[in-house]
Amino acid sequence: MAALEEGFTLSAVCLGAGPDGLLGVEQSDKTDQFLVTDSGRTVILYKVSDQKPLGSWSVKQGQIITCPAVCNFQTGEYVVVHDSKVLRIWNNEDVNLDKVFKATLSAEVYRIHSIQGTEPLVLFKEGAVRGLEALLAEPQQKIETVISDEEVIKWTKVFMVFRHPVLIFITEKCGNYFAYVQMFNSNILSKYTLLLGQEEKSIIQSFTASVDRKFISLMSLTSDGCIYETLIPIRPNDPEKNQRVVRSLLLKAVVSGNARNGVTLTVLDQDHVAVLGPPLPASKECLAIWNTKFQTLQASKELPQGTSGQLWYYGENLFMLHGKFLTIIPYKCEVSSLAGALGKLKHSQDLGTHAMPHFVNWETSQGCGLGFQDSEPSKRILRRRKIEVSVEPEHPASKQLLSTVKKDSEKHIEVEVRKFLAVKRTPDFQIVTGDIVTGLVGRCRAEPSFYPRSALMQLIQTHVLSYSLCPALMEVALEKTDVQMLQLCLQQFPDVPESVICTCLKIFLSIGDDSLQETDINMESVSNYSDTVQDEKMEEQTEIVQNGFSPEEDNRGQGESQAAAEEAASCPVIPKRAALLNAILHSAYSETFLLPHLKDIPAQHITLFLQYLYFLYLKCSENATMTLPGIHPPTLNQIMDWICLLLDANFTVVVMIPEAKRLLLSLYKFVKSQICICSELNKIEVSFRELQKLNQEKNNRELYSIEVLELF
Amino acid sequence: MDAFGGPIWSMAASPSGSQLLVGCEDGSVKLFQITPDKIQFERNFDRQKSRILSLSWRPSGTHIAAGSIDYISVFDVKSGSAIHKMLVDRQYMGVSKRKCIIWGVAFLSDGTVISVDSAGKVQFWDSATGTLVKNHLIANADVQSIAVSDQEDSFVVGTAEGTVFHFQLVSVTSNSSEKQWVRTKPFQHHTHDVRAVAHSPTALISGGTDTHLVIRPLMEKVEVKNYDAALRKITFPHRRLISCSKKKQLLLFQFAHHLELWQLGSTVATGKNGDTLPLSKDADHLLHLKTKGPENIICSCISPCGSWIAYSTASRFFLYRLSYERDNISLQRVSKMPAFLRSALQILFSEDSAKLFVASNQGSLHIIRLLEGSFKHLHTFQPQSGTVESMCLLAVSPDGNWLAASGTSAGVHVYNVKNLKLHCTVPAYNFPVTALAIAPSTNNLVIAHSDQQVFEYSIPDKQYTEWSRTIQKQGFHHLWLQRDTPITHISFHLKRPMHILLHDAYMFCIIDKSLPLPNDKTLLYNPLPPKNESDVIRRRTAHAFKISKIYKPLLFMDLLDERTLVAVERPLDDIIAQLPPPIKKKKFGT
Repeated sequence: MAALEEGFTLSAVCLGAGPDGLLGVEQSDKTDQFLVTDSGRTVILYKVSDQKPLGSWSVKQGQIITCPAVCNFQTGEYVVVHDSKVLRIWNNEDVNLDKVFKATLSAEVYRIHSIQGTEPLVLFKEGAVRGLEALLAEPQQKIETVISDEEVIKWTKVFMVFRHPVLIFITEKCGNYFAYVQMFNSNILSKYTLLLGQEEKSIIQSFTASVDRKFISLMSLTSDGCIYETLIPIRPNDPEKNQRVVRSLLLKAVVSGNARNGVTLTVLDQDHVAVLGPPLPASKECLAIWNTKFQTLQASKELPQGTSGQLWYYGENLFMLHGKFLTIIPYKCEVSSLAGALGKLKHSQDLGTHAMPHFVNWETSQGCGLGFQDSEPSKRILRRRKIEVSVEPEHPASKQLLSTVKKDSEKHIEVEVRKFLAVKRTPDFQIVTGDIVTGLVGRCRAEPSFYPRSALMQLIQTHVLSYSLCPALMEVALEKTDVQMLQLCLQQFPDVPESVICTCLKIFLSIGDDSLQETDINMESVSNYSDTVQDEKMEEQTEIVQNGFSPEEDNRGQGESQAAAEEAASCPVIPKRAALLNAILHSAYSETFLLPHLKDIPAQHITLFLQYLYFLYLKCSENATMTLPGIHPPTLNQIMDWICLLLDANFTVVVMIPEAKRLLLSLYKFVKSQICICSELNKIEVSFRELQKLNQEKNNRELYSIEVLELF
Repeated sequence: MDAFGGPIWSMAASPSGSQLLVGCEDGSVKLFQITPDKIQFERNFDRQKSRILSLSWRPSGTHIAAGSIDYISVFDVKSGSAIHKMLVDRQYMGVSKRKCIIWGVAFLSDGTVISVDSAGKVQFWDSATGTLVKNHLIANADVQSIAVSDQEDSFVVGTAEGTVFHFQLVSVTSNSSEKQWVRTKPFQHHTHDVRAVAHSPTALISGGTDTHLVIRPLMEKVEVKNYDAALRKITFPHRRLISCSKKKQLLLFQFAHHLELWQLGSTVATGKNGDTLPLSKDADHLLHLKTKGPENIICSCISPCGSWIAYSTASRFFLYRLSYERDNISLQRVSKMPAFLRSALQILFSEDSAKLFVASNQGSLHIIRLLEGSFKHLHTFQPQSGTVESMCLLAVSPDGNWLAASGTSAGVHVYNVKNLKLHCTVPAYNFPVTALAIAPSTNNLVIAHSDQQVFEYSIPDKQYTEWSRTIQKQGFHHLWLQRDTPITHISFHLKRPMHILLHDAYMFCIIDKSLPLPNDKTLLYNPLPPKNESDVIRRRTAHAFKISKIYKPLLFMDLLDERTLVAVERPLDDIIAQLPPPIKKKKFGT
């Protein structure tokens, strides 16, 4: 959510700003330092966090700065133009602008652009552009005329696209606007005529632009108070031809058109623009942040002392002239979401849909992005979609399968899926598989009797699916309490959300033993504990004594713990349930997200699960390597983490249940005995260290010693 | 010869070698003429404000650069006047230090002066205009030394942080003729200040407070990847600092400014291999002899009987008579040393302690007969006419008939002590001799050279022995030749004439001449073969070189008697603990 913070004025010193305001605010090579050029003779370097000027330079009386000072990021020097043609370059140490480097150019300069990663670019009033280095090498070089006589440059901006600067400038001629895009890597200048559409009469008051990979999005604020967007391709299809671009309405009547000081807009990020101007004809001037995606006003701030109708945006700060003072308003914007825009409506599917882009390449997938398309029928989207559809290679097999999925019988689908999986994997295999699963699950939803289980199982086992790709799949499986499918999903999906893990856990714990027996569950993570338990029971007891401590030191608890130990020695759950629970133990989670869901599990299930975990732990500690037997068993860390998590989430509940009391006591005893072991081990370590020291001393020769040495 | 300018801080010989510049405490730069027989004062250059710490000649010999405190002066040699004074920025990490000391300057033939200073800067100056061309801040502490290669395409500087930086003149872009000095490689082989650096055609050599001499080969100059391409660290001087009185079981340790005499301890116990025996009598520190004056001790020796100690500093020779009365020890200096015994490079007593051999730094060898409490000059072997080389290693045969002396490059001379004549000269070898010894009974002279070759030369026969020829024919084991440190001492077993005991800093070796020589395929360092192996295998694997690395770093090892070896280890940790602390460097997390 975008927000404006409390602003502050940069200095008490009144700037020599005329009625036209400032010439410009530009970034310096150090963050937090900005060059402010007033429309008279002065350039001031401000440090924003300190709210004070670091340096100030003026040109001589009679000279006038005509172009805002910029910083050359490659050298750290500052560049300014005065009297349209005289270039001055200086740095922080210089005091007097008269004595610094001077170059007189042969043509009038409109603007100097300087951005990170490239040398400064000089834009002349006639539309020609030069790099600063090339210009300084030969200041008097001939500057060609690019634009026609009556055209006047209105606005300009430079971007870095693929590490090459791209400069755009807008000219006006008799109410017609033209955009020129100059690319520096290929040195192509392309001209576009801006078609104004129906609102022919309106005058464009302010421009701003942002860039993405293919288009420059040029926004214009017109005198009727509306914001229009024009998309100008960066790479022209035909640079020779004069091309036309149309504009589309982006926001309606955000400011009053006939403001006294003019209105201005600045694009902040892909969804937000800042507009400076009075919202109504009579009202005071106002800084407003608009979300263009949802067409909502995000924040606004009244500026009662009036502004010069100028606005600059760098980093997180908005710069404007408020009254006579340069004011800075910090601006913060978090990533906007539909929920945020609509007033924080929580939607259960948010999690899944947001995660999707990580797995699907939108550029090549065809059936996606529908919501976006519906909400905003912009030309851009349509145009792009058309291109992409034509680019998308035909894939009849998968298409056919998709149609099969929509109507055929389960049996037929299974056969088709098997065929599909048998053929060689194409690059879009993942997407097609996702589409098929989505199709299948969609049909499951529509027809309650339809549940192509084996086909889905096969698809899951391709290892290409993830929860985000088909969130509904697990939902359907949960509805049908298909534990086998859920186990498979937990094993295969890397990104099962914690809430779903928890729901699975609930089902795994609550499902009846008899219904479990009928299912076919992958048991590889469970080895047959019961046999070993009986055999090793006695050994276990003696082993503990051998470790140098006895957990039964505390005589009061002896009977109980003995019973608990016996109880824990046999597995509290049947092997099939154990396999399901192991799948839970193996799945990845984040504690903070899991904890709240764990609280929802009934207490007796928690107790059961804890008993199982405790049993696993005892099994673990039986052998020296602290591992469980079997293929892919849960690790000790997983067991411990889950015990801690369960106790953290449900301690108050568990402590009240009589059945759990014995378990908790034995857990407590166990922990205590572990601490005991640790302290004993510490003692042993100290003794060993002493031994080692003794050993070292033996090797360490004294200042003088006599040794026996058998040489040969 | 006094320069009359207070302490001399710097010196530089002219490229032609005929002139010498000295920089003095009072700020004067004095030019001396060097002739084969003397050094003559020629003239003073313009006096500077403070001491001259560094000097450098322009290779053409027309100008010199002198580094002082806070500035560098460039003098015209012809007129002797300072033509430029280049002030050095005192700024040190943004803080103005009191003084900026120019520790080193180097004058290149194109007129560039490179200076290194106490603010951690390496600066390039244009001597024609006196302006700073380039500045490299390379250290947070002093940059103390600089050395330029002969081609003037690279130089090396050493800092007080123990780092050595290599600078090279490289093209700005490939195949462009414009070149630029670039800091290419930092090396950190020292823990303390690097006081001196040298630039050989193929290696950077640095040395400093941490007592190491490090030779770092320049890999781009090394054509064959052989042992010369390895980094070498040399810790100890390649000289004997300890002498031993076998009869009295005494060890004399030579320090920079004092001598220590120790009585070895003894034991009555016996044990098996590897045992440390309990001492019945501990080693006893008998004597601590301090030198007078600031001069370092150059050499020292104790007589085999233990009743004479001789040592020499740069200008004085001292001889002491020791007398033992039960537990008391009394020391009496022998006075009225003759004038020719001003200083010595090597001192040696004959086996019967009746004669003293002194190698003086003028190249002559003096033989002195020692009597009870007095002495008599017997003879002086004058150096070969035309050579000015002084002898630095001496060896005397146990029967007292032969004296071998070796200089740094010419061959080993063998003198007959009986008739005081030069007996023969062992042919000169390319590498300097590092140790000499004459075997008892056979009078074979064993010579170890710095390239790890060992020769055996029969003095009576005036030729190399058969064994020496065999080993030269077959060649030494490659691992033997690749050892880092030279042999510093050779001794013999009285009862086993086939054995030669020699040692370097990291091993000692008994060469059994009766056994076959190892070839490159056999294991050189074979530990004691296990007892349970059959005799055949033991015999097959046995070879002439029995090497033990049990004691290291080994400073001295000698046979005391038939069954006793004395070995002196000098742990590096002890040396480092005694060094002044290095520049404190902030390490992460401390």
